[in-house]
Amino acid sequence: MKMTGSQILLACLEQEGIDTVFGYPGGTVINIYDDLMKSDKIRHILPRHEQAGVHAADGYARATGKVGVAIATSGPGATNTVTGIATAYMDSIPMVVICGQVPTALIGNDAFQEADMIGITRPITKHNYLVRDVKDLARILKQAFYIARTGRPGPVLVDLPKDVQTASTIFEYPDSVDLRGYKPNYSGNARQVAKAIKMILAAKKPVIYVGGGATLSNADKELITFAETIQAPLTTTLMGMASFPKRHPLSLGMLGMHGTYYANMAVTSADLLIAIGARFDDRVTGKISTFAPDAKIIHIDIDPTSIKKNVRVDLPIVGDLKDVLLKMLKQLKEVPDEVETMVVQTTAWRAEVDAMKLSHPMTYTPSKSVIKPQFVIEKLRELTDDDVIVTTEVGQHQMWTAQFFDFTQPRTFLTSGGLGTMGYGLPAALGAQAAFPDRQVIDISGDGSFQMNSQELATLVQNRLPVKIVILNNNFLGMVRQWQQLFFDKRYSQTCLESPIDFVKLADAYGATGFTTSKPEEVEMIIKKAFATPGPVIIEFKISREENVMPMVPAGAGINEMVLAS
Amino acid sequence: MKHTITVLVENEFGVLSRVSGLFSGRGFNIESLSVAPTLDESISRMTIVTSGDDRILEQVTKQLNKLIDTIKVIDFTGEGEPYVERELILIKVTAEEGTRAEVMRIADIFRANVIDVTPRSYTLEIMGSPDKIAAVIELLKPIGIKELVRTGPLALGRGAKGWR
Ligand SMILES: Cc1cc2nc3c(=O)[nH]c(=O)nc-3n(C[C@H](O)[C@H](O)[C@H](O)COP(=O)(O)OP(=O)(O)OC[C@H]3O[C@@H](n4cnc5c(N)ncnc54)[C@H](O)[C@@H]3O)c2cc1C
Ligand SMILES: Cc1ncc(C[n+]2csc(CCOP(=O)(O)OP(=O)(O)O)c2C)c(N)n1
Ligand SMILES: [Mg+2]
Repeated sequence: MKMTGSQILLACLEQEGIDTVFGYPGGTVINIYDDLMKSDKIRHILPRHEQAGVHAADGYARATGKVGVAIATSGPGATNTVTGIATAYMDSIPMVVICGQVPTALIGNDAFQEADMIGITRPITKHNYLVRDVKDLARILKQAFYIARTGRPGPVLVDLPKDVQTASTIFEYPDSVDLRGYKPNYSGNARQVAKAIKMILAAKKPVIYVGGGATLSNADKELITFAETIQAPLTTTLMGMASFPKRHPLSLGMLGMHGTYYANMAVTSADLLIAIGARFDDRVTGKISTFAPDAKIIHIDIDPTSIKKNVRVDLPIVGDLKDVLLKMLKQLKEVPDEVETMVVQTTAWRAEVDAMKLSHPMTYTPSKSVIKPQFVIEKLRELTDDDVIVTTEVGQHQMWTAQFFDFTQPRTFLTSGGLGTMGYGLPAALGAQAAFPDRQVIDISGDGSFQMNSQELATLVQNRLPVKIVILNNNFLGMVRQWQQLFFDKRYSQTCLESPIDFVKLADAYGATGFTTSKPEEVEMIIKKAFATPGPVIIEFKISREENVMPMVPAGAGINEMVLAS
Repeated sequence: MKHTITVLVENEFGVLSRVSGLFSGRGFNIESLSVAPTLDESISRMTIVTSGDDRILEQVTKQLNKLIDTIKVIDFTGEGEPYVERELILIKVTAEEGTRAEVMRIADIFRANVIDVTPRSYTLEIMGSPDKIAAVIELLKPIGIKELVRTGPLALGRGAKGWR
């Protein structure tokens, strides 16, 4: 049977098992929207801005591990997706973005609502396609989903001209993909693994450094077994945070610019650093020359370009983490006596690290008169279940969440790490809540970031998505203000958000509920009240305005040169 | 250091900008690039000459490999693979009363063909290794080069075996 391009698109989405898409209509996708009305398998959620639609698809993908899907019309709709796509690209999130395009005959003519999305998104997608013939559509979509989801995941954009949507052909969804230029290598080289085991067994001061790859590879269980087998202290990046429980005795929490004292010092003293799905970001390494100066480095990553990009590596292993960890565990099992010896020879090291944990814990100065943001985060944790999904925006509130929220399950902490996109958290929470209607989803927000996608309150209300939005209101673009305080002699240029907003009224205007307080003694009560309120809720905490995120590694310094308090 | 890199890619539109974008996105200059389909029309072969620090070039080669449309990358210089390199240039040289004979002599020595003649100029076609091309340009410069165009080097691995 012949089908039109827009029907084929929807049929492909169904074949891929996509149940939810986030999109915004317009002239060049109107056919798709017409056919969408007839589909009972695909739920469509209408955000109020295409950027939010893409972030929602991203939140959906991070929370579920599936490929997120977003749709936008050509021109302004498509260009609005750019920040969302770049956000997903930097954090390696699987996503397919479908954009309408002007008819093929008009491409390149400055036609109405034309934008060269292939050119614009080339550096921020894993791959992109312009479909020029309806006969190629099914194959291209099959490839797009395959590329998005496999290897190092990432966003793929499909640009779909209007005439391709209306043209017809016989629909046949290919069973498999054969791309001669793209064959991700999942299997870690056994010889390299054996070398790694040798290095591990010889280590006296090993540290495991885990990144977002552990979540992307769904390898959290293997990771825990691995760490426990060799009894090595383990630190995570911001992106790897939820894949290893912070309350685990081997956990050092986060390393890097706002990491714990003991994580950074442990890395500095280590004689072996085992990097697992982490990419040595500059927020993590600080000054490269003093990063892990005494350590041999083993780097396990599926993407060869991540290896030796920023730091020297003594032993690279290219492959999927789960595969490599399983191989390492198998080899370790074969030499129980040597593992035993290694665990004994590292006893002093663990004691040294534990002593640092006690001497320099992650703390803050509590207050009875003003609300401390860290206190709010701790209270939130106390009053939520382990499977709560937390998203954040970008800024101080994001770092306090990373430092003080004790995550225990993978895919429960969704945050924009690589691009650092303000306005990410609310739509990402929307996407996560759409995927898990029965779980609790919280966006921890700042007063600045919240306003970058606050229009999504309407989407939450319309779709009955009961996201709870916690605004840590300092009336500042706090993270930038902190830098101005510390490095620009307190010249607060354009970081004070004058004209305070009535967030309770704002919630009300959208048909949501709002609560607010500036009293520490009311924090717990308000959180409980908000959690008991159905539907989306804004909870505003007016916090101590000039609180800083500490510890901190100043720009350009080594991670052993942290400033502990301001 | 100068690197000669061969990239075999899917012969699809947009591939050239993906490849060149990798260089420009890192502030790298491509000194020369030549591209045309191979015997298998679905594959294009590029020869790229670029220069830069070895560590950065290793990253660029990895990034080239990572492109979905890339089938194979050979960094002849980086991998120390023996290879042959040839370039074709067309040069329009001033050739007047006093210099015509000299131009012809140089053309002879370098086995160049004269492919266009006017009373005031010769256009020569010369093919050879980068050294030979450089030498002929040096010799013709004092006589007067009006215009020149070059293909950029083409490279092929030595020995009996093909890239596959
Ligand atoms: C205000 C702000 C402050 C920040 N401060 C810090 C900080 O103090 N500390 C910190 O850690 N971060 C911080 N970040 C985040 C930082 O910018 C980076 O996003 C983060 O460090 C990168 O984490 P990652 O190395 O885990 O990389 P990711 O981006 O998560 O990369 C994942 C890696 O895993 C690999 N991978 C993917 N799939 C697989 C697989 N199946 N098998 C094997 N490997 C795989 C990928 O190739 C990639 O190399 C901050 C961000 C912001 C916005
Ligand atoms: C889209 C975007 N613009 C600018 C920035 C730079 N920036 C980083 S943090 C920050 C301040 C965020 O303020 P707020 O949301 O109130 O959070 P706070 O730091 O006060 O907790 C800014 C402006 C950014 N990360 N993203
Ligand atoms: Mg703020």
